[in-house]
Amino acid sequence: MTEEKNWHTHRDAKNARLASASSLFNGKFAKTEDVVEVLNTLIKPGDKVVLEGDNQKQASFLSEALTKVDPERVHDLHMIMSSISCPEHLDIFDLGIASKMDFSFAGPQSTRVSQMIADGTMTVGDIHTYLELFGRLFIDLIPNVVLVAADKVDREGNLYTGFNTEETPTIVEAAAFHDGIVIVQANEVVDKLPRVDIPSDWVDVIIPADKPYQLEPLFTRDPQAITELQILMGMMAIKGIYAKHHVQTLNHGVGFNTSAIELLLPTYGEQLGLKGKICRNWELNPTPTLIPAIESGWVQSIHSFGGEVGMEKYIAARPDIFFVGKDGTMRSNRALGQVAGQYALDMFVGSTLQIDQWGNSSTVTNGRLSGFGGAPNMGSNPTGRRHSTPAWQSLKPDDDPLAKGQKLVVQMVETFGANKKPVFVDHLDAEEVRKEAKLANVPIMIYSEDTTHIVTEEGIAYLYKTDSMEERKAAIEAIAGVTPVGLRSNPEEVKKLREKGIVALPEDLGVRREDAKRSLLAAQTMDDIVEWSHGLYNPPAKFRSWS
Amino acid sequence: MEKLHFEYQNSTPVKKFAHVGVVASGDLEILVYPADGEKTTLDITTGSDGFEKVWQNVLDRFFARYPLNGKFIVHDFGATPGVVNLRLTQAMEALKDEK
Repeated sequence: MTEEKNWHTHRDAKNARLASASSLFNGKFAKTEDVVEVLNTLIKPGDKVVLEGDNQKQASFLSEALTKVDPERVHDLHMIMSSISCPEHLDIFDLGIASKMDFSFAGPQSTRVSQMIADGTMTVGDIHTYLELFGRLFIDLIPNVVLVAADKVDREGNLYTGFNTEETPTIVEAAAFHDGIVIVQANEVVDKLPRVDIPSDWVDVIIPADKPYQLEPLFTRDPQAITELQILMGMMAIKGIYAKHHVQTLNHGVGFNTSAIELLLPTYGEQLGLKGKICRNWELNPTPTLIPAIESGWVQSIHSFGGEVGMEKYIAARPDIFFVGKDGTMRSNRALGQVAGQYALDMFVGSTLQIDQWGNSSTVTNGRLSGFGGAPNMGSNPTGRRHSTPAWQSLKPDDDPLAKGQKLVVQMVETFGANKKPVFVDHLDAEEVRKEAKLANVPIMIYSEDTTHIVTEEGIAYLYKTDSMEERKAAIEAIAGVTPVGLRSNPEEVKKLREKGIVALPEDLGVRREDAKRSLLAAQTMDDIVEWSHGLYNPPAKFRSWS
Repeated sequence: MEKLHFEYQNSTPVKKFAHVGVVASGDLEILVYPADGEKTTLDITTGSDGFEKVWQNVLDRFFARYPLNGKFIVHDFGATPGVVNLRLTQAMEALKDEK
């Protein structure tokens, strides 16, 4: 008889770790001042550690504590983070506490990430899309320890994450059901929660934080900064894409181009008689610039990846539109939002820093390894999908009896950035960055094959209508302005593409450039948005021009 | 501050005056008059030096699509090529309007 195999080594290890730290706990609760010792005791060298941090919400109390652990006891951690947002997320690599990183987005820290990879201070597993990263938490990146943030916790250890639930339940689930340790920082300990977002049974350790977790109002765009060029592009998109394809379900990226569209719906969209026909159901963070469209009756529903600072009261007062708990506060969910964004939408509209001659786009530019967040999920066509919506069907080629439709993936860019650098380039900087950072794949954000439309100030290229790469390139050249790519375009070719409906200039769409005025925006200032919201929207201080 | 001058041979005569754009950072104003002679002329005053080639490209592309024969006076305050093209095409629309 052979010795019986131990099938619960993970559970034994978890129990041993918790037992070794038991003197630090009162039930599940540890003291604020003991946070570093809790991490020293519960985290072991080589652990896979998820540190909650996305582009909005940061487990900032725990991430700061992690920089203070003893590198003799805690080292070579394999960090898994959807967003590298704070300096301390990288300090732990300089301090020898962590050595490897799997991530999705590194916007604010993108320059330093580039340097650390070049120096060998950090090795990168992969730069994931959100769904790849969340998915792999349950496959081959199963965490040993997760460090997450909650708004409120009750005496039993139930968590309220509210508006900013985001990815907390997904991260916690990956650990809680595979013998990982769940450590939570809490803004506040209360007797009774507004509602339970995560049950105490999934939680191992709770540490009251010295201050509330860090939260960024990332999706707030001041209408004051919207330009006439963006308004023109918005008008073209509404008429030449939204109306043409009867787009009913959609996601907007975070830029000013899409804010302009949101503010044009109640004015220009109304003039075109499109209300009720387009833009009804959204996967979108609660962007303040959508308030005028909501108030004018355009929007039926909005599900959100995350919250948005200042929108709390407005959302609570509009439960027909938003996903709101019985307690009156919104619940967001990034993983489900990304699933919806990839699989359930007619259209994604985004922006980028570079588009190459073939139509691939990326926000990774020289010296900046930014990663992409949600755009590659939303901005890709899931080929296994079968949808009957008019928009999806409208991209079906008519010469193939077995053909299926396609998601609309729209890139909206000005041909030159504000720094006068061309957006259209022959080769993406990302090609070089791949070599420097030794990545397996060129960090392309949205692939040419998935991109169905490109909108610039010159016009729209309907890439899905092209039937060869040569034609696709010519369509891009036709709207690429005086960038190196655009300069290859010739008037004869543009004429042919316009006749075939592959390229449309404003005059082809019946859009008058002279109408592209700021007065066409439903709200021109933050003040106007507050007024549209009946005083329910409360802009963060940095967006206020008064008080 | 730089002054640039360009000339073109274009076919569609400008018959009236048009003024588009504003004097503001990142923007420009364009005044268009009927041509003085045979040639289309552009006199550009720009706050961003060293962009002569880009101006040439923007104008080549614009006149290839819209061959307006007129006299153009441009005051530029650091507009991107996209904004320049917006203002040029707005001027083209203003000139076409039957008013």
